[in-house]
Amino acid sequence: MSDGMLMLENVTVQAGNFVLSPFSLDIGEGECVALMGPSGCGKTTLLETICGLRDGPVGGRIVLGGMEVTNLSPGARGIGLVPQDIALFPSLTVREQIEFGPKLHGWEPEEVKARVESLAGDLGLEKLLSRLPEGLSGGEARRVALGRALALRPQLLCLDEALSGLDEARHDEVLGVIRKMIERERVTALHVTHSKKEAEAIADRVVLMG
Amino acid sequence: MEKSIRSDQKIWRVRPEWPFLLFLVFVIAAYIGLLLLMVGANVLTVSWSQASEILKDADIQHSIILTFVTCTATAILSVFVSVPVGYLLSRYQFRGRAFVDTLLDIPILLPPLIVGLSLLILFNRVSPSACCGMLAGGALIAAIWGIARKGDRIVIRFLVGGVVAFGLLSLVSSGSETSLEDIVSEVGFPMTFHPLGVVLAQFPVAAAFAVRTMKTTFDQISPRYEEVAMTLGCNRGQALLRVVLPLASKGVVAAGTMAWARALGEFGPILIFAGATRGRTEVLATSVFLEINIGNLPGAAALSLLMILLAVSTLLIVRYLAGRGGAV
Repeated sequence: MSDGMLMLENVTVQAGNFVLSPFSLDIGEGECVALMGPSGCGKTTLLETICGLRDGPVGGRIVLGGMEVTNLSPGARGIGLVPQDIALFPSLTVREQIEFGPKLHGWEPEEVKARVESLAGDLGLEKLLSRLPEGLSGGEARRVALGRALALRPQLLCLDEALSGLDEARHDEVLGVIRKMIERERVTALHVTHSKKEAEAIADRVVLMG
Repeated sequence: MEKSIRSDQKIWRVRPEWPFLLFLVFVIAAYIGLLLLMVGANVLTVSWSQASEILKDADIQHSIILTFVTCTATAILSVFVSVPVGYLLSRYQFRGRAFVDTLLDIPILLPPLIVGLSLLILFNRVSPSACCGMLAGGALIAAIWGIARKGDRIVIRFLVGGVVAFGLLSLVSSGSETSLEDIVSEVGFPMTFHPLGVVLAQFPVAAAFAVRTMKTTFDQISPRYEEVAMTLGCNRGQALLRVVLPLASKGVVAAGTMAWARALGEFGPILIFAGATRGRTEVLATSVFLEINIGNLPGAAALSLLMILLAVSTLLIVRYLAGRGGAV
């Protein structure tokens, strides 16, 4: 058993005709790892498998925080996800997006409120809490998605090319916010990207796939 | 020849556009013209006083009320069925999916009389034992097929359970002389030649249209929303209720409206299964038929115009919802 936070042991994934050959990875607690590789090498497939969003891997096992989660449902894994297309729930305000997880898990209302206010302060979202996603800029939407993913204090934060599509100024700004939040929340992070510059700026370690 | 462009070696000849445009305009004008003439023919056949007279008739007022009640009940039932079925077809890939998809279109393709006749036979000629036997047989075939194709274990177990349960029910009820109609009548829901039968006769086709609408709606909503909701602790059902359905609300209304409109136009199955008894099972479509039968053409035309008005209003609602982001 690894002492690390996330351990992938010869994980093999089949998605249609695509097969991700046995892949192993060990990420220590609080470490931020960037996963890089060419398009189509299976980065997103692997990330979705770690999050439990695909059928279980055809081989290998996934251990998170010392517990095997290979066949656990996504919600039981303690993973926060910021997907590539952000996927903020269109009918919910920024406050409701961040509250979504804690309320679902039955947190006390005071606890939920304190968590939302703390995250909103850290992410600079105080003035946006009553807005719907359609009224947010690209950078703001990403900060909200980060807040939503961190609200439940996950063991692992997964970011799937979460900065793609931003102009350079917004990109650097959101990158800084992500880095700051990873340190402040002391969360282990796996960041999928195809940008070497971004990987080096955010990660403690870069892992190449493909 | 309208234009010619001289290149180095050859002359490029471009034929004029107008004959093709004229053809398009002619076809659409002919079609819309036919539709307008049909409506116009009804308008010319009936006067205000005749229309007013027939709308004051107590039997016709009962028919209008029954039409609204049965169409609304059918629409609600159709939405109740189409949301889970549309979601299943949109989100899950499973063996036999194409077959199930085709089965669900059968009510749309069948001649309406056959839907009514099938219901009539099912409720009055087939014993409950035979019904259970058929269901057990269907589940058995599906289970064998699922095992042969290495299908999902949970689904196969469910099917095997169905074989056992329906098989036992078939055995227990064998020898009984009662029909399905006797059983539903006994528990207070008579169907054949009864207003409830109108809803059942409208339901198969209306639900098929609603399922198509809901599947298209769910297809247009990214599954990523559910995936994110699931990482936050939702199961599939919670993700559907909390995240997807609010996004699909316009599609749900559109599916209900579509089912309502289909139910309004249903005639054959109602006539065969529920009958066309004045003041009892008569709905607008059957009223038109009855008015023609007694030679009251202006009355039939007035009711036709009322139905056209309702159908156009329904279509406008669906189009409005489609324009506002609903999927139709």
